[in-house]
Amino acid sequence: MATTHASSTPDHLIWKGGVQPMKVGYGKLMMWIFLLSDTFTFSALLISYGLVRFSFPSFQDANPGSSINDFTFSQTWWPTPERVFEAVPFLHGVSAPLVFVGIMTFILIFSSVTMVLAVEAGHRRDKADVEKWMLWTILGGFTFLGSQAWEWSHFIHGTGGGGANLVFNEYGPAAFADFFFFITGFHGTHVFSGVILNILIFYNTVNGVYEKRGHYEMIEKVGLYWHFVDLVWVFVFTFFYLV
Amino acid sequence: MAAHIENTTGERQKPQTKALWRVFWILLIVTAVEFVIAFTISADSDFGKWFKIGTFIILTFVKSFYIVGTFMHLKDEVKSLIWSIVLPVIFVIWFLVALVLFEGGYIGTVR
Repeated sequence: MATTHASSTPDHLIWKGGVQPMKVGYGKLMMWIFLLSDTFTFSALLISYGLVRFSFPSFQDANPGSSINDFTFSQTWWPTPERVFEAVPFLHGVSAPLVFVGIMTFILIFSSVTMVLAVEAGHRRDKADVEKWMLWTILGGFTFLGSQAWEWSHFIHGTGGGGANLVFNEYGPAAFADFFFFITGFHGTHVFSGVILNILIFYNTVNGVYEKRGHYEMIEKVGLYWHFVDLVWVFVFTFFYLV
Repeated sequence: MAAHIENTTGERQKPQTKALWRVFWILLIVTAVEFVIAFTISADSDFGKWFKIGTFIILTFVKSFYIVGTFMHLKDEVKSLIWSIVLPVIFVIWFLVALVLFEGGYIGTVR
């Protein structure tokens, strides 16, 4: 800990009133509050998805005694996600259920760990390490966005049954595609904002802004946001693709 | 903040990343387990269906504890901050349970 300071609290973490509520800097606390409000938004989206989904019959409700392996698409029942999302780039016509979403999940988990490594490097005030890990994080973010663009494109164009838009889709009731566009789109917008913020703090790091400031707390704050985006994906992955 | 070591000397310090990589591997393995369950257990029976849904939800919360606790460092913060975040989330879960248990049937009948 700092031996040059009389108290153990670094100066930049003291609020303007001279105290430090909850022992964090102002910006970091506000980031937590913002993320909490974002949690409510995403919860609302996923809860509505669940309620609407279970207000439609499943394939087996509509066809008693049938196996999930006989599943076919119909506007009457809610689709089984693993039968909708089974395409992988460069493997045209091959049925690989959930493999591509699995890859996307891995990309996001990986970019999450590189982000936390950048935060850790920031604590050590190791500029080179922060730059290195931020670059990996940005790369992960772009890769995820590209994967999502591919998935959307494939979902919209479909596999010969008319594809998907907001009023009709070949996979199931109209609400299915609406929720797909809204939930993954809202999450994708968050990833996009996150990548912009990551580029911004990478630029500042390279220019020595945080070195001059004496601390890398900004990396920590943007890191919180980035991990939250990863966290949301963990829930979207479960409730949209797995269940 | 307690677990963080702020570098005030300006010297290059050794990275302390063991715990972070450990969480990365845990997240990866849990996700892999979810895949195995998704493809090996049939959802044809009622038991299989609810076993899968239940396991996926539990594993999702396991993953979120690691992400929020270690990656977002929430477990290193003071108690009052931890509860400021966790308590509202518990209310959201309460809200969800109330909807499913008391309103869900009604929504099903009006649609």
